[in-house]
Amino acid sequence: MQEKGTAVQAKEARGSRRKFLRTLGAGAATLWALTVLEGQRAPAEAASGAAGADLPNEREGEDVLLRMQRDLQRALRKPAHLRRWAMVIDLRKCVGCHACTIACVAEYKLPPGVVYRPVVEEEIGTYPHVTRRFVPRPCMQCDNPPCVPVCPVNATYKRADGIVAVNYDQCIGCRYCIVACPYNARTFDAGEYYTDGTPERSAVEKTPSFEYGKRWTREHEAPPVGNARKCHFCIHRVEAGLLPECVTSCIGRATYFGDAADPDALVSELMHRPNAVRLKEELGLKPRVYYLL
Amino acid sequence: MRRLLYVVWLVAFGLGLWGVAERLLFGHRLAGYGSYVVWGLWVAIYIYMSGLSAGAFLLSSLVYVFRLERLERVGKLALFVAFVALLGGLLAIWFDLGRMERFYRVYTSPNFQSMMAWMIWLYTAYFVVLLGEAYLALRPDLVRWSRDPNRSPGQRTLARWLTLGRASLAPEVLERERRALQVLATVGVPLAVAFSGGVGALFATVSAKMYWHQAIVPILFLTGAVVSGGGLLTALAAFAWPQRDAEHRELVALLGRMLLLVVVGYVLLEWAEFSIPLWYGTSPEGHLVRLALFGPYWWVFWILHVGLGTLLPVLLLVLRPKDPTAVGWAGLLVAGTFVTVRLNVVIPAQVEPALRGLEQAFTGPRLVFHYFPTTHEWLVASFVVATTAALLWLGARLLPLMETEVAR
Repeated sequence: MQEKGTAVQAKEARGSRRKFLRTLGAGAATLWALTVLEGQRAPAEAASGAAGADLPNEREGEDVLLRMQRDLQRALRKPAHLRRWAMVIDLRKCVGCHACTIACVAEYKLPPGVVYRPVVEEEIGTYPHVTRRFVPRPCMQCDNPPCVPVCPVNATYKRADGIVAVNYDQCIGCRYCIVACPYNARTFDAGEYYTDGTPERSAVEKTPSFEYGKRWTREHEAPPVGNARKCHFCIHRVEAGLLPECVTSCIGRATYFGDAADPDALVSELMHRPNAVRLKEELGLKPRVYYLL
Repeated sequence: MRRLLYVVWLVAFGLGLWGVAERLLFGHRLAGYGSYVVWGLWVAIYIYMSGLSAGAFLLSSLVYVFRLERLERVGKLALFVAFVALLGGLLAIWFDLGRMERFYRVYTSPNFQSMMAWMIWLYTAYFVVLLGEAYLALRPDLVRWSRDPNRSPGQRTLARWLTLGRASLAPEVLERERRALQVLATVGVPLAVAFSGGVGALFATVSAKMYWHQAIVPILFLTGAVVSGGGLLTALAAFAWPQRDAEHRELVALLGRMLLLVVVGYVLLEWAEFSIPLWYGTSPEGHLVRLALFGPYWWVFWILHVGLGTLLPVLLLVLRPKDPTAVGWAGLLVAGTFVTVRLNVVIPAQVEPALRGLEQAFTGPRLVFHYFPTTHEWLVASFVVATTAALLWLGARLLPLMETEVAR
């Protein structure tokens, strides 16, 4: 009897384990399918204007990423020249984890000496009245960019959507734009690798990056080696319906991104708050990055 | 002495070749400039040499535009110095380009909003005028050399080749060429002024760098060009001239007096440049001026520029105005040390982070706000200087640059 009972229990246990594994498998498959579909659909939807259908309905207390994702998909249905990409960084929420910096470095396989979004740490006051402030510094995508007119060969330009872009196939590497930026937001790719002096390049360093929607390998001194490089609000991701890396990787949800021309977008709401400021506003460059103090 | 100079040149050129090989093989990896201090020694050498060029050219205009007869003997030499110095400067800036193979794009897709594009197009126009002028100024002597049995066969052949087949020495041809030369030289003056001032404006228009963003900067560049170019020409006239007669002494003395005048004029402008931001101690760029003057590289300004490049030459020019050797040394010191002025323009503006704390935000050897040229950069610089010197030497030996008979 006891043996029979044990056998039944074992059978039931096997059954529930199978059921559990089946459920898990089905869940994983669904998740995989959703991920793949999302990846495939986003660019197509962005182009067709059907984006947003797969996002859950807005609800109280949801992650701001969902709202920004909806804002983004709404913006992508508009023609590019009607979009005004902007970023808002809430300094009270930034904990200085540098995840955005690293996510950006990973996304673009940035070599030594090149950084798009460092987080500047500032110590304010003296002990015991001391505090720290963290200021992430992406490219400001100025509306009146000082780096654009200085380029002798038109390699850097302002796109219709407001992004200041660099044409790596055109840049001669004179670095005039780098000295012209009052935020030190441009850096120079000197052709180095983190694995220089070691027996082998790392797999990451051999992986291409896809800035501006093109494939860049840096192999054999190919561009962007020898070029000026900068943050571009991950525009190739954005156009594929994805938020910039620094936004999705921010553990404190301190970085917001969206279309400032859309009054319903979260960034529009935030950038018009009275505590929103822009860095070096007095220069008149009209930067598109706002900081909430 | 001559043998020592040859040895020095050989060493400089040999080491320079090594540097160039490194540059071609390893790109920018061995250079000391990075992402924050992006312009270094090679940019300084470029502005230094382009200044030498414009200065020498403007001096030649005294001969070919203003017909200052007492200087006629250095006219051709001045044109050749202008030509060679510009080539040297362009060589330096070519090595500095991130992508050397794309240099031609400044011509195929220029952006005329950019002061750099303007500068490039101006010096190209200037270069063309310079070539035309040099041809017209030298042609009569080249024709004479090509027929002179006292010249070596090599000199004769080169001279004949450089005449481009125009061998006439008929008075009406020479007169026509003299007039053409005057027209070209007259066109060249505003070009040289705009080009050397434009190099200054390239820096001065950068509003992100308060240290550069001053109206006096283009004026300083132009004046600096005349000072350094004048110094070099004075030294060449003093030391490399074939005849050492009374006329030579008079020529060098005149060049010395002119050099003294422009050096003093430059000191006045420099006083304005530094005293204004320092006066109340509240100017935004004041601390950068203090850094250049009293920072770790104070000796570049005080010892090399003020001491060796200004005070000593002024003393020589005041105390020994008629001694060609003293005047020549004064010219050499002024011209040789003027590169320190260029370095003090280029570097200090870049050593200040745009945001406080940026230097520690994301670190690495190229993300630093200090700079000193690496051995590799010195080697490439050595190549540029040695090549320029070799071209000058070759020109002096193979071309009628110092012929006393004036091309009229």
